[in-house]
Amino acid sequence: MIRNILEYLEQTAVRLPEKTAFSTGEDRISFAELETAAKKIGSYLLRFGGRNQPVVVLTEKTPISVAAFLGCVYSGNFYTPIDAAMPKERALSILRTLSPQAVLTDEKSRKRAEALGYEGKMTALEDILTGGIDEDALAEIRRCSIDTDPLYALFTSGSTGVPKGVVVSHQSVINLTEWYTEAFDITEKEIIGNQAPFYFDSSVKDIYAVLKTGAQMEIIPKMLFSFPVKLLEYLEEKQINYIDWVPSALCIVADTGALEGRKPQYLKKIMFCGEAMPTKQYLVWREKYPDALFANIYGPTETTVDCTYYIIDREIAPDESIPIGYGCRNTDVFILNGDRLAAEGESGELCVRGRCLALGYYNNPEKTAEAFIQNPLNPHYPEKIYKTGDIAKYNERGEIVFLARKDSQIKHMGHRIELGEIETAVHSIDFIQNGVCLYDEKTQRIVLFYCGDGTQADILKRLRDKVPKYMFPNVIRQMEKLPMTLNGKIDRLALKEYYDRDNGK
Amino acid sequence: MDTEALMKILAELRPDVDFEENKELVDSGELDSFDIVSLVGELCDAYDIEIGADDIVPENFNSVEAICALITRLQED
Repeated sequence: MIRNILEYLEQTAVRLPEKTAFSTGEDRISFAELETAAKKIGSYLLRFGGRNQPVVVLTEKTPISVAAFLGCVYSGNFYTPIDAAMPKERALSILRTLSPQAVLTDEKSRKRAEALGYEGKMTALEDILTGGIDEDALAEIRRCSIDTDPLYALFTSGSTGVPKGVVVSHQSVINLTEWYTEAFDITEKEIIGNQAPFYFDSSVKDIYAVLKTGAQMEIIPKMLFSFPVKLLEYLEEKQINYIDWVPSALCIVADTGALEGRKPQYLKKIMFCGEAMPTKQYLVWREKYPDALFANIYGPTETTVDCTYYIIDREIAPDESIPIGYGCRNTDVFILNGDRLAAEGESGELCVRGRCLALGYYNNPEKTAEAFIQNPLNPHYPEKIYKTGDIAKYNERGEIVFLARKDSQIKHMGHRIELGEIETAVHSIDFIQNGVCLYDEKTQRIVLFYCGDGTQADILKRLRDKVPKYMFPNVIRQMEKLPMTLNGKIDRLALKEYYDRDNGK
Repeated sequence: MDTEALMKILAELRPDVDFEENKELVDSGELDSFDIVSLVGELCDAYDIEIGADDIVPENFNSVEAICALITRLQED
């Protein structure tokens, strides 16, 4: 039985040493080179002496950044990717939460990394790669490793404005990879067109499918996702046959009509995850690719990327939403209404149990205890379940259908965002008295209402340093005052009505 | 063509971006896919043009001048 994800890499490096594992443009790394680079990075990290400690990898999205992740694992530690383009305050908040024993960066990201004003040590990967490998020490670390050791911590938006670090173990990722590669028949023949950023957990599937099967990952330059024709030409040129993208990326292609004039011929498997895939755009893709495998995949970071999936093997009516389907192998998914199972057709909170559950939130016992609770259906022995905060129900076919978020958390451009995090950032601007965010599902716009001075431009200029671009409000309205409920809270419902009325709905 | 109206659309889309100075709006990463899609929609409405997938390429969105040229060309078609 496999205990450590490095076994995937090592077995594939023996089988297919020269084959390209990860590439982007001209930059590529083979499985053998990946193993060597990861071992060098692991050997370097040994000097810090930590075990199961965080290491931050602050790089651009390149093949060598995967070697950095695996190097952290070789050293007996776990990794957290930070994007070089992440806003300063978010990156610093992650660094504060983790207090990592090391920060690895690359030449290209060095300037940005230094601009953070982070006081801990940072090491350039280029320098580490000139060093050697301490095989004996790495073997000793492996001998002691167990599959409940942490593999990575990825950060999600937190309602208090502080992002939460979801810690995931080797066994959860092994559980995912074994199921995923089998369910979608991923082999060394696959060329995976990667869209998900490495700090976004959807990329975990792409990365570990490559390591296990010997498939190749082609990292698609982010800029191409703004230009559908270029994107499709790229899929053709790189012979990409497999994509697992956030729906908004697929929608842009469908909405611009880019598929009308062209059809990348190698594409065989089309997956979407991260938010609900609108049926209209799905049907555009389906029409173009009647024989491709389409699957809708669902799962919060806390359940290790996926907990349900739906292979679309029947007609979907234009007015029907695509089901999220059934629990993944070795994963139990159920709908709770209070402390009991929801009846058929009744909506409730989607809950999950199984090996896929994350270990918890790093340095955050309160939030961990709130989300990972004792199974209310089982009073007899300790058993944790994860409450997703998503409302779902079974349809008449017995398929699970996603209905809504329980709280103010939204899905926007594939990102899970707490509106509260944007509000916290807005409140921290000195000329703002008060601000409230709504989400307009129809047009997919984040709407900010605020009281105070300053123009839209002033607000956005200040938000740049505080939250990522995808959290920027798309519509900003200045108000004389905000409506209040009887007990003195801001009346979100009234604001929503006001907004809808204003937009002629 | 009337660049003032275009500047107004751009300023409403991304008030934090300096459209007059930046000539690499796409290549510098300043405009992302959400901006491009929103902008395409706004331009189609405002100028009564159709911007097809073949015209949604970086060269046409890197600067205000490039966007103007695109609109002018499509209006003449």
